[in-house]
Amino acid sequence: MGWNKKVLRVNLTAGTCTPEPLNMEWANDYLGSRGLASKYLVSEIDPKVDPLAPENKMIMSTGPLTGTMASTGGRYTVVTKGALTNAIACSNSGGFFGAELKYAGWDMIIFEGKSPKPVYLALENDKAELRDAAHLWGKSCWETEETIKRLHQDPLTRVCSIGGAGENGVLYAGIINDLHRAAGRSGVGTVMGSKNLKAVAIRGTKGVSGIRDFPAFLAATTAAKKVLADNAVTGQGLPTYGTQVLMNVINEMGALPTRNHRDVQFEDAGKISAEAMHEKRPTDGKAHLVTNAACFGCTIACGRISKMDETHFSVKNSPKYWGASGGLEYEAAWALGAANGVGDLEALQYVNMLCNEHGMDPISFGTTVGAAMELFELGILSKEQIGLEAPFGSAEALCKLAEMTAAGEGFGKDLALGSARMCAKYGRPDLSMSVKSQEFPAYDGRSIQGIGLGYATSNRGACHLRGYTVASEVLGIPVKTDPLATEGKPELLKAFQDATGVFDSAGICVFTSFAWTLADVQPQIQAACEGDWSMEKLNLVGERIWNMERQFNLAAGLTGKDDDLPPRLKTEPCKTGPGKGVVSGVEQMMPIYYQVRGWTPEGVPETATLERLGL
Amino acid sequence: MQKSLHIDPGKCTGCLQCEMACSYEHTGAINPSKSRIKVFDFEHEGRKVPYTCTQCADAWCMNACPVDAIVIDLITGAKVVKESTCVGCKVCTIACPFGTINYMADVGKVQKCDLCDGDPKCVTACPTAAITYVDADWTGLDRMRSWAAKANTAAVAA
Repeated sequence: MGWNKKVLRVNLTAGTCTPEPLNMEWANDYLGSRGLASKYLVSEIDPKVDPLAPENKMIMSTGPLTGTMASTGGRYTVVTKGALTNAIACSNSGGFFGAELKYAGWDMIIFEGKSPKPVYLALENDKAELRDAAHLWGKSCWETEETIKRLHQDPLTRVCSIGGAGENGVLYAGIINDLHRAAGRSGVGTVMGSKNLKAVAIRGTKGVSGIRDFPAFLAATTAAKKVLADNAVTGQGLPTYGTQVLMNVINEMGALPTRNHRDVQFEDAGKISAEAMHEKRPTDGKAHLVTNAACFGCTIACGRISKMDETHFSVKNSPKYWGASGGLEYEAAWALGAANGVGDLEALQYVNMLCNEHGMDPISFGTTVGAAMELFELGILSKEQIGLEAPFGSAEALCKLAEMTAAGEGFGKDLALGSARMCAKYGRPDLSMSVKSQEFPAYDGRSIQGIGLGYATSNRGACHLRGYTVASEVLGIPVKTDPLATEGKPELLKAFQDATGVFDSAGICVFTSFAWTLADVQPQIQAACEGDWSMEKLNLVGERIWNMERQFNLAAGLTGKDDDLPPRLKTEPCKTGPGKGVVSGVEQMMPIYYQVRGWTPEGVPETATLERLGL
Repeated sequence: MQKSLHIDPGKCTGCLQCEMACSYEHTGAINPSKSRIKVFDFEHEGRKVPYTCTQCADAWCMNACPVDAIVIDLITGAKVVKESTCVGCKVCTIACPFGTINYMADVGKVQKCDLCDGDPKCVTACPTAAITYVDADWTGLDRMRSWAAKANTAAVAA
């Protein structure tokens, strides 16, 4: 068994911590992490609940492979109803926190209610207690982690926490663990803040001993690691360049959304790319990148650790940002950079650090700034309203706006709403590049048609990680498809979405799927877990998870109408690049997608589909 | 030929596969808190450093042990703790200048690296060859080779 079979239920209203057995029937149907935690959530909350009400719950969950030597087996997931999206939220993070939760003897923690005052959960193996966090409230994620380790006199404690963004209700606040790893999207940190829960600190010394067949497990994990090592992307590209390897590739494809999706190619992409991070700076002769780094158990090690130029305007008076820190990854570099037309690598890393320090999703923050910059250029927002000149390309504005948003000051309060609410407030909802109120990530849905459909149908709002068809449409994994074609994309997307549900639920990183298919994951799960975990079953589990999430969203009040892209992607063609003249074919693809899913033309799962999936 | 663990921190990514492998080999559970090799993360410098026992020839821990619980494995040269003899007095943990022998409160004994009987599991598990197991007399061989490669052979030939 890969599970500890134990759940910790924390009632923040009553201040109680109660262990309970894991529902093994559900574990057998939903595997773990994303799937299993979502099953608990949909079974325990009213889908119509206000995400920030005490009645919403927040679940932190591991998977059966979390904490094991399966490569990348260090992931944990935060599942709740998202503050940004009003839909089911599932944010996944690496680092070392997830494995520690497993080693303390638990599979998941369910937080319910709302604490009357700020608290944090201290968990040491079986011992769980809520402790006063008055002295931590107001502190950044970095200070919180450091303070707790000092307080516990234990440098080996692992911490996740919210910063100012989560405390002040920034709707895309994330939860930061291990200084710069984030359960970043959909406002899971906002929900944590609404519960007056500042942090979770874990020390686990029990380990994982219940692997079903250890020799088989070692053989399976060793074989799978070799697949990662031998693959050009996971064995060379990602360790050397990180996810930033994509910046120039995607730009050349004309799929790098620029200036709030007005353009699809960024003239300064090279300046903010992986290659630029390797180059020596003229100012100090040092490269931006210090080293790559792995999350727990990861044999890819795509993580970036960088040091800023100490003379850069953003940090020259702030030595605390001079040390090595996480970043830049592709998504953040894009959202803070190309999306705003900002080509200043150092400025992007500064803002990326602010996002980690204060617990904000850099994708939603960066793209919301992009929308604000467009409103400014259109004359809808004035310098007085924003508090500064904010044209596209202004690194100064980007840095200042990040400081204001993290601190909850001035126009930062509008940026804290996310682009959908902010653009609606100023009368131009069409300028929000989002689906279900969650901002797009770093691929244009016009020049990569499949990912556009993916954004429209993603259960947690626009997201590349629910069904990364970019792998096929750009990199040819597992087979090359034409990024501009719409034919075959609904089928391709469904396959990616269902398989991703299994990767996420196993407790491993979806980046393994650059090299692994489900057939590489299956033997690892089968060796770790009791029961039948055949390919047929795993495919069914992935599809079941997707439909369960869909059912929740429909019950929450979303409809097929919410599976749509902003008008810009449907009416304004790409101006340059291989996709010049092309708009998204989302409207042609959607009916086919619904059909492929076994859903009605309105996007509701058919009874036969639900029965087939046991829902 | 006796062999030594050789650690190149520059290659370490901090994935902790070594800690998992070590703990599984010695305890039967995947449990980095029981690992005899530890990876230290100097996060503000961007450095990760695996650290474990160097198997001193004239070992402080062995000399300090009042009950002769630490013995030399004649094949590997490892200084090995005989758990059945160890009384948990911890004198060795005070004697060791490097901190690489430690007390385990749950079993009342000390533990240290024993080179896994000549097949160190941390070495097998390391995905980047940051930890290797090499000729004990030639731990500097790779470094020598890399300097040799820089030698100006053309000038010598001329």
